[in-house]
Amino acid sequence: MRARVFVTLKPSVFDPQGRTIVDALQSLGYQNVADVRQGKYFELDLATTERTQAEKLAADVADKVLANPVIESYRIEVD
Amino acid sequence: MKFGIVVFPGSNCDEDAFHAAKDVFGQDAEYLWHKDADLKGADVVILPGGFAHGDYLRTGAMARFSPIMAPVRAFAERGGPVLGICNGFQILLEAGLLPGAMLRNKGLKYRCEHIYLRVEQTDTPFSGAATVGQVLRIPIGHGEGNYFAPPDMLKQLEANRQVILRYTDPHGHVDDAWNPNGSVNAIAALCNGGRNVVGMMPHPERACEALLGGVDGCVIFDSIVRAFRSADSLALQR
Repeated sequence: MRARVFVTLKPSVFDPQGRTIVDALQSLGYQNVADVRQGKYFELDLATTERTQAEKLAADVADKVLANPVIESYRIEVD
Repeated sequence: MKFGIVVFPGSNCDEDAFHAAKDVFGQDAEYLWHKDADLKGADVVILPGGFAHGDYLRTGAMARFSPIMAPVRAFAERGGPVLGICNGFQILLEAGLLPGAMLRNKGLKYRCEHIYLRVEQTDTPFSGAATVGQVLRIPIGHGEGNYFAPPDMLKQLEANRQVILRYTDPHGHVDDAWNPNGSVNAIAALCNGGRNVVGMMPHPERACEALLGGVDGCVIFDSIVRAFRSADSLALQR
């Protein structure tokens, strides 16, 4: 199965890259882009056909390695 | 006393730390490869600056899985003094040996320059030779030194006097204009609850000889040597 892991800074954490991007977009005329938050995206190929097992494995990897729980949160999609 | 300086693939300030300990301060020093299983009798462990394992995912994120980190953790838990400098600080945060996390510098730029620091606490093995309020001029070199702790954690850090150094102006006043990376409460260095593990973004090992533009980093190494001397004399008295 494949898992997609989206890692983003928590809403309470300032994102200097996102801020720079939204400033750039607005200066390009995209006034309706109110805010940007930059994050990371991982695709995991998992050697399992069991959905629950895949979700568990992806969550384990995200918890221990892909995200830092002090500043980041993550969301997982499995298919 | 003996310094153990951990070398990760991608460390690049290990030789500077070794030079400061061995040549400037005349102490024993030995490199500890990240795959080593023990600390070779080191009395103090330094995690040096650099880009351990490339820092591709997050700074310090992979280094905490290196085999050497198990004995470093055990040493720290026994009260052994551990100093993380720059990338070493980031590794201590990722390893959970210090609280909080690092974000990209507020201005997104890699900052490589001399900055000013105010000494906040002197009851650690790495700041005992300093005086509270003393201003140090020491270089930094980092892109991710924007220290962050959630409000509750920050409150606790301040209440426990765990902030050791803050970024200030040349007169020792905290001022956003003199905070190079946006660190919360201008935090440049902090210690753990046991006060034996310290992480700092500035590089004291680069400021131990006049030839290199300043000697304000000496106070950090002096503190370590002095802490050991007094520990030895206490042991002798017993």
